[in-house]
Amino acid sequence: MLLELKHIYKNYKQDKIVVPVLKDINISIDEGEYVAIMGPSGSGKTTLMNIIGCLDRPTEGEYFLEGRSIVNYTENQLSDLRLKTLGFVFQSFNLLPKQTALDNVALPLSYAGIPVKKRRQIAFKTLQRVGLADRVNFKPSQLSGGQQQRVAIARALVNNPKIILADEPTGALDSRSGTQVMKLFQQLNDEGVTVIMITHDANIAGHAKKVLRILDGEIADDSQEGGRIL
Amino acid sequence: MLENIRLSFQGIWGHKLRSLLTTLGIIIGIAAIIAIVSTIQGTNEQIRKNLIGSGTNTVNVRLVESGDWDYDMAYGSIPSGIPVLDSEMREDLNDIDHVEDASLYTVRTAVDYIYYNDTSLQGGELIGADSHYLNTCGYVMTKGRAFTEGDYTNYRKVAVIDTTAADSLFDDENPVGKTIDIQGEPFTIIGVIEESSQFEPVIESVEDYYQYMYDDAGSSGSVIIPDTVWNIVGQYDEPQNVRLLADSTDAMSEVGRTAANLLNDFVDNETIKYSAEDIMEQAQQNEQLSESTNQQLIWTASISLLVGGIGVMNIMLVSVTERTREIGLKKAIGARKNKILAQFLTEAAVLTSLGGILGTITGIIFAEAISRISNVPVAISIPAVIIAIVFSMLIGIIFGFFPAVKAANLDPIVALRHE
Repeated sequence: MLLELKHIYKNYKQDKIVVPVLKDINISIDEGEYVAIMGPSGSGKTTLMNIIGCLDRPTEGEYFLEGRSIVNYTENQLSDLRLKTLGFVFQSFNLLPKQTALDNVALPLSYAGIPVKKRRQIAFKTLQRVGLADRVNFKPSQLSGGQQQRVAIARALVNNPKIILADEPTGALDSRSGTQVMKLFQQLNDEGVTVIMITHDANIAGHAKKVLRILDGEIADDSQEGGRIL
Repeated sequence: MLENIRLSFQGIWGHKLRSLLTTLGIIIGIAAIIAIVSTIQGTNEQIRKNLIGSGTNTVNVRLVESGDWDYDMAYGSIPSGIPVLDSEMREDLNDIDHVEDASLYTVRTAVDYIYYNDTSLQGGELIGADSHYLNTCGYVMTKGRAFTEGDYTNYRKVAVIDTTAADSLFDDENPVGKTIDIQGEPFTIIGVIEESSQFEPVIESVEDYYQYMYDDAGSSGSVIIPDTVWNIVGQYDEPQNVRLLADSTDAMSEVGRTAANLLNDFVDNETIKYSAEDIMEQAQQNEQLSESTNQQLIWTASISLLVGGIGVMNIMLVSVTERTREIGLKKAIGARKNKILAQFLTEAAVLTSLGGILGTITGIIFAEAISRISNVPVAISIPAVIIAIVFSMLIGIIFGFFPAVKAANLDPIVALRHE
């Protein structure tokens, strides 16, 4: 088992009123899985994603990552998990606009303490892996949306994480680049990377091998395991 | 770290005008301080030069009568109780700590009996010097030669004169080889001397004038003859004065006191004693005076640094807000808190250090301009420059700390949602 959520609850306080966002979530994901978390906006899927991505802590419950309970990890330990075990892909790419594709991809390597020369080599290889070897010195503004997202995926991949977490990765893309990006995720999954993707788009979710539906902070009963749906 | 510095330069260069305006307070503050410190330094150096001479570290231990006045035996007979100092005594003086060389000499000031043809040297100084004298005074030969062993042992009637005496006696003629007349005795000039470094006292007040005249009575010209022929123009066994060459300016006071004490042990006279001119003490007093007035100016300038620091804090807060998403992203992809902290602290420190460097350059230009316009001497001190730049870096770290902590503590989820 790569990751396991047990009885996860998450509440937010708003003007003294406690708003429950996640209720008794139980998920387990194996290494090499391709999981889509689907749900309408406000269903709590982003909160779930943040908890899986170690950006947020649950109010209650247990989270095991690679067999270790991490709910009591320190902030630095969580940072290190995000650095080495998890890779993030965002809807809006979140590339640094003034830096080249290569520098963007190399950024996490600097936090891992890898020397500059080595960083450039690794970043270049990773850009090759996402098919952008000819765009290394381009700035984000010189790249198309699809290319920017592939740079972002390369950045998520650069420390060789076990898990790629993607939050609406095609949300800002036209359908053609969206398809390309989805192909890339498929390719990465085939190479053994665990992919967890959040989307509200059933077509996108259809690429995953497992779909978890979340509704009002709970995993819906019709969540399907294995095979493509819709 | 280098990475952070490179990034900081990128950030600062990306907002050239903003960075310049932000650091203006630091630039002005540092510039003011550098200018003030340079003028203090310059004034102090001038005070030292005026009082001490050309920086030759010469200490004069003279016979002083009744505590105040230079003993002058021009018309008197030899006073009792003052021993003749022999070469053994000279050796003892030479052995005092920090003394490089010691010499014994006899002197007559304000002499009016030195002639070249019909020209007389008015108010000059006649010195009977031993073979160490020229060295202890820091003189250099400009023409001819210095005294030799032979001049002393053969009682040659030769003289060395300084450039002032040469100018008033000989005008444009070359004095070397000419014969002058001292109290009716012919002396051949063998050389012309000059103080080794340029000594240009700046006389701005009556006190300065007396100070200068008192210290350097030879300013209207000195004629130096070997002490072995002194009795031809003076008397036998005249009391001698002492000149010492200290190895550093700071050692001068101590050397003078030690020598005077040593000499006074042998003196048995109620009114006449050896005394070292304590020029250093006087110099220090004057320096303290100018420093204390300027200290206040430095405090005033520091206010500008405080204001500049607050400006830096302000702009760093703006920068943190502007880059909220960037910070959020960096934290999300695994940057630890202290990496973000270091990045912003470095940026603030680089910004203010650049301000410090620009301020230092501006300050030096200011100081030079002041010295040109008002004739106040300036001296740029390297330690002051280094302190100024390190200090401005510290300002960046101190005032950049709060914004950097704010950045480091941002919640990545909130930060990533920031528009």
